[in-house]
Amino acid sequence: MGNVVVDVMLKSEILDPQGQAVAFALPRLGFNQFTDVRQGKRFVLTVEGEVTDEVLAAAREAAETMLSNPVIEDVVSVRVESQV
Amino acid sequence: MTSVMKSALDTVAAAADSPEVEQPWAELGLKADEYDRIREILGRRPTSAELAMYSVMWSEHCSYKSSKVHLAQFSDNTTEAMREKLLVGIGENAGVVDIGDGWAVTFKIESHNHPSYIEPYQGAATGVGGIVRDIMSMGARPIAVMDPLRFGALDHPDTLRVLPGVVAGIGGYGNSLGLPNIGGEVVFDSCYQGNPLVNALSVGKMRIEDIHLAKASGVGNKVILFGAKTGGDGIGGVSVLASETFDADGSAKRPAVQVGDPFAEKVLIECCLDLYAAHVVDGIQDLGGAGLSCATSELASNGDGGMRVWLDRVPLRDASLRVEEILMSESQERMMAVVEPAKLEEFMAIARRWDVEATVVGEVTDGKSLEVFWQDGQIIDVPPRSVAHDGPIYNRPMQRPAYLDALQGNVPDDLARPVDGEGLKAALLAMMASPNLCDTSWITGQYDRYVMGNTALAMPDDAGVVRVDEETGRGVAISTDCNSRYAKLDPYAGAQLALAEAYRNVATAGAVPLAISDCLNFGSPEDPGVMWQFAEAVRGIAEGCKTLGIPVTGGNVSLYNQTGDVAIHPTPVVAVLGVMDDVARRTPSGWKAPGQVIYLLGTTADEFGGSAWTQIAHDHLGGLPPRVDLDRERRLGEILVDASRDGLVDAAHDLSEGGLAVALAEASLRNGVGARIRLDEVCERDGVDAFTLLFSESAGRAIVAVPGTEEVRFTAMCTARGFAHARIGVVDDEARALDVQGQFTLPLDELRTAHTSTLPAIFASR
Amino acid sequence: MRIGVVTFPGSLDDHDARRAIRVVGGEAVSLWHGDDSLHDVDAVVLPGGFSYGDYLRAGAIARFAPVMSALIPAAQAGLPVLGICNGFQILCESHLLPGAMIQNDHRTFICRDQRLRVENATTAWTSDFEQGDEITIVLKNQEGQYVADERTLEELEGEGRVAFRYVVEEGRRNPNGSYRDIAGITNGRGNVVGLMPHPEHAIEAGYGPSLDGLKFFTSVLKSVVNA
Repeated sequence: MGNVVVDVMLKSEILDPQGQAVAFALPRLGFNQFTDVRQGKRFVLTVEGEVTDEVLAAAREAAETMLSNPVIEDVVSVRVESQV
Repeated sequence: MTSVMKSALDTVAAAADSPEVEQPWAELGLKADEYDRIREILGRRPTSAELAMYSVMWSEHCSYKSSKVHLAQFSDNTTEAMREKLLVGIGENAGVVDIGDGWAVTFKIESHNHPSYIEPYQGAATGVGGIVRDIMSMGARPIAVMDPLRFGALDHPDTLRVLPGVVAGIGGYGNSLGLPNIGGEVVFDSCYQGNPLVNALSVGKMRIEDIHLAKASGVGNKVILFGAKTGGDGIGGVSVLASETFDADGSAKRPAVQVGDPFAEKVLIECCLDLYAAHVVDGIQDLGGAGLSCATSELASNGDGGMRVWLDRVPLRDASLRVEEILMSESQERMMAVVEPAKLEEFMAIARRWDVEATVVGEVTDGKSLEVFWQDGQIIDVPPRSVAHDGPIYNRPMQRPAYLDALQGNVPDDLARPVDGEGLKAALLAMMASPNLCDTSWITGQYDRYVMGNTALAMPDDAGVVRVDEETGRGVAISTDCNSRYAKLDPYAGAQLALAEAYRNVATAGAVPLAISDCLNFGSPEDPGVMWQFAEAVRGIAEGCKTLGIPVTGGNVSLYNQTGDVAIHPTPVVAVLGVMDDVARRTPSGWKAPGQVIYLLGTTADEFGGSAWTQIAHDHLGGLPPRVDLDRERRLGEILVDASRDGLVDAAHDLSEGGLAVALAEASLRNGVGARIRLDEVCERDGVDAFTLLFSESAGRAIVAVPGTEEVRFTAMCTARGFAHARIGVVDDEARALDVQGQFTLPLDELRTAHTSTLPAIFASR
Repeated sequence: MRIGVVTFPGSLDDHDARRAIRVVGGEAVSLWHGDDSLHDVDAVVLPGGFSYGDYLRAGAIARFAPVMSALIPAAQAGLPVLGICNGFQILCESHLLPGAMIQNDHRTFICRDQRLRVENATTAWTSDFEQGDEITIVLKNQEGQYVADERTLEELEGEGRVAFRYVVEEGRRNPNGSYRDIAGITNGRGNVVGLMPHPEHAIEAGYGPSLDGLKFFTSVLKSVVNA
């Protein structure tokens, strides 16, 4: 059984209100070193066998057609999840 | 949850064979005598599954053991006349009333206090989910929600943590269900700092013949669990969380808050309505507190036979759950139905259409027991009544609190009062900007009030009014009220004043009050002073309802709302429901047409105990609350309803916190149309000064705007009924101010700025 | 005049859309998300709500429902389609309209009576208005901020395809941060219109802020007659 991890982020030019809210809240907890925060989504897609190149290609297509909205989001990464 | 449960299944047979096994009844919240009683009922030690079931179902939250003896007063005080429109009374998931034309309406108010302190968003969200499921399980389509909320001080950091989450949770869940939020309240008082109150009300409609009840009868009928899968949500949440107070240093029990999925519930609503329309459901119960333990035992207990359940058939989200955890799980969005075998296929087809998972998990038997199996082993064999209805009954000690004499003796008579017009104006501005009287749009704007297109009136008007029949306009009005400062001074009177205010609000909107539901929020029942407050409040409501002739249909008790020794103010929230033939005739709270005459109904006395003015100007709580006169409330209500029906008034607003001054200010701000007011005549008639007339909180009063053409008929009606009425002014569009002759002129812009700035200053984004 | 209203799991304002259609004299036809036929309706409304719980993104899953496999080509061929709120989100996810909706900039759900300006009175759903008309209908959503890249925005403005704009008071912001104050847009042909606010909640006296919503539905009745 293998996992493909897909990371989706809002495009950099799109306002990210949730990321901004987090960025504002961190200093209140004493974290002053972070100048910006952006929030995205991480999907874990599971297959029964191994993660082959075909599986990765299918995951990328799923990512670009459904898991992300290309108008506002970028698929920043599609990769095999490293086994723990 | 600790346990000494062995890894092997603890079956009934094993329990019978091993009476000496130590069981963790104390950790599960049971007392020694309760554990002994279980052994007596079963004739052996309970299995660990039975122990879990009893511990949860006999907890305070589920069994009402501390409150039952007092709640009996509700039924005891319900006359035959009061029962006339009552189709389903106390004891079912929710009460149901006949509103005419073959329509039935079900409504109830409930609490989800402790979970909302732990996890504000999910606590409040699942509170909405739970009450809506109660309404659904009566066979109704839910049509509206309301939320009375109480928080600590507005400027306290923990309020900043709790309030936005609670409001977002209520909005997030209710809006996604497509239920308009039509009213409620927001109250800030430091007594709620560690114990915010999130009460949730829902109302639903159905045709009278479509009322469904929670009983399992008919040998061979199938028991079906449908909706979401069962996971580890809220395990022990009910017995562990709601029956324990919080430590003063903030540590709480291991979080056992349920997580809600409103989409799942929306789909469940539509699925249930299709099931009801197809007449395939015989009995139905929702799964709330105590999950499967409660649903199975209540269905069986209400029925005429027994029930057999195969627990291993329950669809699980988490395969690692133990049987006891499955029984206690409070996973949301689940229902249980009893279905005749011949109708099973149709049931399943409807569930499939909505993608709702449905599983036959049991059947009705001809025995007397609730039997639960896990694969081949029987893990439960109990008399269902002993679990669901015949739980322990406590007669806890009660004692009038020692502090009460001094508190009542600390009358507000000598507090410094404004001496001139400018002082009165400043007092009014301060009150309109104060947390409990300020504009709450920052909160209510997060709720959808329009969905379904049947909302005829909503906050900030006096009652929420929603149309039930789209052809005739028949509908209902609801208001929830409680002044807990009054209840602290005198719980009996305070409870009656809560009832009176909700009753008055419904009549003000033009609806005839029909029935009530109540949510009784109190401190620890182990404190004799709190127990006394509770008993007094219940007595007040029971006797008040009898005087007004409207029954209690059901409700909720939330105890243990205290941190350490300090209990919240007794907070008996009363929800009154009324009916209107045509909601298009409802009376709004603000005037519009210039030249209309403003009348004050009712007389005013010097009554400031527990009032808003004493709180805002002097941070004072003492004396006695305003006098209760329920007969006067009834007569006032009749005038307001008849005046509305006959078109004699264009606007009506009842007087409560802040008295006449605040009512005038609110009615002016409602549509941005001012008024010119003169108080001298009423001051003379009632023997009070301007300050008292403006800010006293005497009960049984309202202001109305009467079109000039109707003035004679209106005054004639009041005179004929012997009800005090006085012309106090006119609606004035030109000055754009509230002008109190000889005292002050308050421009509406200045009033609006003071009124609308308070909450956004604290909560709106930077 | 048969106007279909699609019900997805989680749709909420389908009931109100059907009422609006009946009030103006049309026949409201309920269309089920799982059915890939439009049953010969003359126009379609995609109503407001939280289809599929707004999971993944609002409208992202509804866009793949069987009914959409019939709707998308029909819309491309000229069938009048009105997307209200969640319906607008579904139209954008389907690429029948450009741009996308993200969370309101102030991060809370907002329900308010909203003033709009009609910017394009030539579409199938706005022909009964005059350009520049100001109307008040209901705005209620959590994810109502309309965003698109500069090129798309310039195209919309240049082609007059902004259908509605939020009327914003001097010195204040629009209610959700939408770029260019855009509340609704149309396709090139003017048969597909999407907007965030809810006309179906402004069609009955006493139950909404105005009757301004009626003209959306009277417009389409005329456009169907003239088609």
